[in-house]
Amino acid sequence: MTQANQVKTEGASRFALSRAVPDAHPYSAHLEYVLRLADSALILGQRLSEWCGHAPVLEEELALANIALDLIGQSRLLLTHAGGVEGARRDEDQLAFLRAEREYRNVTLVELPNGDFGQTVLRNFLFAAFQRSLWEALLASRDAELAAIAEKSLKETRYHLRHSAEWVVRLGDGSAESHARMQSALDYLWPYTTELFTEDAVDQQVAAAALGIAWSSLEPAWRACVLPVLTQAKLAPPGRSAFASHGKLGRHSEHLGHLLAEMQHLQRAFPGARW
Amino acid sequence: MERKEWPLWEVFIRSRNGLDHKHCGSVHAPDAGIALQSARDVYTRRQEGVSIWVVRADQIHASDPDAKPEMFDPADDKIYRHPTFYKLPDEVDHM
Repeated sequence: MTQANQVKTEGASRFALSRAVPDAHPYSAHLEYVLRLADSALILGQRLSEWCGHAPVLEEELALANIALDLIGQSRLLLTHAGGVEGARRDEDQLAFLRAEREYRNVTLVELPNGDFGQTVLRNFLFAAFQRSLWEALLASRDAELAAIAEKSLKETRYHLRHSAEWVVRLGDGSAESHARMQSALDYLWPYTTELFTEDAVDQQVAAAALGIAWSSLEPAWRACVLPVLTQAKLAPPGRSAFASHGKLGRHSEHLGHLLAEMQHLQRAFPGARW
Repeated sequence: MERKEWPLWEVFIRSRNGLDHKHCGSVHAPDAGIALQSARDVYTRRQEGVSIWVVRADQIHASDPDAKPEMFDPADDKIYRHPTFYKLPDEVDHM
């Protein structure tokens, strides 16, 4: 069997498995945790790449592409690490391109469509604020690899936060049109932020082993970062709703499948293709 | 809808080893904060610098290109303004 065929068969069998047990947790808590980080960075990186050639001005086109590449870089390190934790010899490419939709552990927030430029930078802002507190906490992880990735990523994320916050304030407190668009973007995105802080067994086990921090404990720091900027931008988050998204459990919105179809197309059509 | 162009900002970057900020290009931005961010994203992607200045292009006063003869040509034949006619002590190798 050629290497390419082997990869293809592996991909196919995993797909069948994931269809058979959609909501099962076949992975260890440690692996689940790393995949949540890796997939969230990967999917947002892919989303932001869609702006390439479409951003409102050249300067912001480059800024969004820079951020997308930072996120894809983070996901590469994290996926490589996940492959090591899993111990099944899957490399970053196999994890990125040959898993089925339900095997992705990204939070739903990052797979939502970009919307307009305002919605894109607002999502970047909400997610970068989350990533920043996460990386800061993971500096103390007992997983040395994860701590090293956190240290490298923290500087990138701080810039993402700075870039997006500047735009959130300018657009939220800008013209009547830009304010209205930003408020409706916030109304749309905000309910998806609840998922960032819902705790589950993965969080508890990883926190107990000091490999990571329970995401729920990051909420106060996140709110302390996000709310003053929103206030400055004259934007008000909607009240709490009963809505709950479950992307990190592998149950995604209708948007992820379309994104993956485009992202995975090349590796699915030409398994093992390299350049 | 009225379309307004963002003002132009000239970008100056001080490289890692350089002493002075050097002009390297320009960006369009609505204000100085965004101009600095854009300059960072456009001009320092490949470790080009450690410090950025941005200046509104319309705040720069430039010499008149038509005044070049009287501005610069008179310096052509004043070679004594170059410090090349001094005898240097032997201890000074390079100057």
